[in-house]
Amino acid sequence: MLSAANIAQILMSGLLMGLIYALIAAGLSLIFGLMDVVNFAHGEFLMTAMYATFGLVVMLSLDPLILSPIVAAIMFVVGAFCYRAIIVHAMRARTNVGMVQVFATFGLAIVIRGLAQFAFTPDYRSIPKSWLGGQTFSVLGVYMPAPQLAGALASLIAFGALWLLMKKTDFGKALEATREDAGAVGLVGIDRNRVFAMGWGLGAALVGLAGAILSIFYYIHPDVGGPFALIAYVTVALGGFGSVFGALAAGVIVGIVEAVSATVLQPSMKAIGIYAVYLLVVFLRPRGLFGNL
Amino acid sequence: MLEVKSLTTTYEGLVAISDVSLSVAAREIVAVVGANGAGKSTLLKTLAGMERPASGRILFEGEDIAGSPTHRVNMLGIALVPEGRRLFPRLSVRDNLRLGSYLHRRKSDREAPLDTVFKLFPRLAERLDQRAETLSGGEQQMLAIGRALMTRPRLLMLDEPSQGIMPKLVDEILDSVRTIREAGTTVLIVEQRLAETLEIADRAYVLQTGRVVMSGPAKEIAGNEDVRRAYLGI
Ligand SMILES: Nc1ncnc2c1ncn2[C@@H]1O[C@H](COP(=O)(O)OP(=O)(O)OP(=O)(O)O)[C@@H](O)[C@H]1O
Ligand SMILES: [Mg+2]
Repeated sequence: MLSAANIAQILMSGLLMGLIYALIAAGLSLIFGLMDVVNFAHGEFLMTAMYATFGLVVMLSLDPLILSPIVAAIMFVVGAFCYRAIIVHAMRARTNVGMVQVFATFGLAIVIRGLAQFAFTPDYRSIPKSWLGGQTFSVLGVYMPAPQLAGALASLIAFGALWLLMKKTDFGKALEATREDAGAVGLVGIDRNRVFAMGWGLGAALVGLAGAILSIFYYIHPDVGGPFALIAYVTVALGGFGSVFGALAAGVIVGIVEAVSATVLQPSMKAIGIYAVYLLVVFLRPRGLFGNL
Repeated sequence: MLEVKSLTTTYEGLVAISDVSLSVAAREIVAVVGANGAGKSTLLKTLAGMERPASGRILFEGEDIAGSPTHRVNMLGIALVPEGRRLFPRLSVRDNLRLGSYLHRRKSDREAPLDTVFKLFPRLAERLDQRAETLSGGEQQMLAIGRALMTRPRLLMLDEPSQGIMPKLVDEILDSVRTIREAGTTVLIVEQRLAETLEIADRAYVLQTGRVVMSGPAKEIAGNEDVRRAYLGI
């Protein structure tokens, strides 16, 4: 049987990873809520951020933790550029806009992966030494790996900042207004394409922050984004499509379900637990826990 | 102030307005009237940049704005209160109004033009923290006009402000249009309520199946029984 200490450990591990999943999903949810576009290149954004961190660590000999805001800023530019260069054109499609968008972002994913394989080879890389790598804290017998803890804290800080941005600033109101009626913001002088580009920038910056911290304790390779993206889609669906703060709660649920099923079932079966929860939500509450669609 | 020359707008090949020319002088109230489907909304949407014209020119204070996106047209000084109002339903009344002046004013005096709006529509002041969607139809229309005024337009365009509103409020809203003009803003208004609208307008254009079939001083058009029967279906 599981002891109380075991249970606390499982919950803690799940919570920490869950907050990181939430951070990864936040950008996906933000972009979807803003303009009803699912970014199928989200995992590749994560991968790009991990390589960017790796490259910067090698070049500047700084710690990934220090570099994480820089990586987020770089990813902001990448996200905004992708919108301006690709998505904006996909949205102008006259027929089958939905499909055109899917293929535009899906194609983007394949291109980014291909570029990564070409430039960096399919080899697995890792950041050999960092402040947090390999470190562990323990509180009351519950172990917390330092990188995961940092990721969880970064996630909470990012969600806090996002909340302030959305609720307390005029730009946040413009963002919300665009979510509500993108066709009407022009009537008050707001360029919706600018808001969309900012949304893509913010979405990519959030996943970029996650990528920078994941690179401390994960192997970096061209396909690293896939499994995380899958979890992010489940998280977004669970939280409610487009509900950014729903993604926070959903990420934690997914993390805990994963940790529990890895223990109760088997580590290789942890995806099954997540998928079961997802199906349950889809059948019982298709709009997700916090969705209002 | 506004000079529209041979404007044509189509929806995937279907002509909605055709070869429309009209002009609006500073501080005028000009009405565009016509039956359902005549193309009134299409005309205003094209002027506001929400639809692209197939051909024609739109000169606003000498600059050709045909085909400019809505946000740029708005920044130049034209505000549209669209059909159906297009408020941001889940944002508060205050946020809807603040968004109006978001790009038109510095942060410090973003709420300054509120005074003007409150003088015009005192009941908005009492409902600042309410969500826009919880307002009555008339109040929503006031908010839509208020939001447009917050962008400090020199030309205000109104698309059927009386739609879905009880008669008492219609008078209030049409009165406010007069007040807005007296404060120096030019008005282009589309309405189906003939009598009331032609009473406040200086001049009017009659639109029938996408074409201007008549224009002149509002009083003449209001008094012309044949026009009313032939073109407006009343
Ligand atoms: N988005 C659209 N797509 C296709 N056709 C449209 C569209 N909007 C309007 N139309 C057509 O264009 C013509 C003019 O429509 P419009 O809405 O401009 O008329 P209106 O004078 O404003 O009518 P109403 O008094 O009912 O508001 C109509 O035949 C209408 O069916
Ligand atoms: Mg209309």
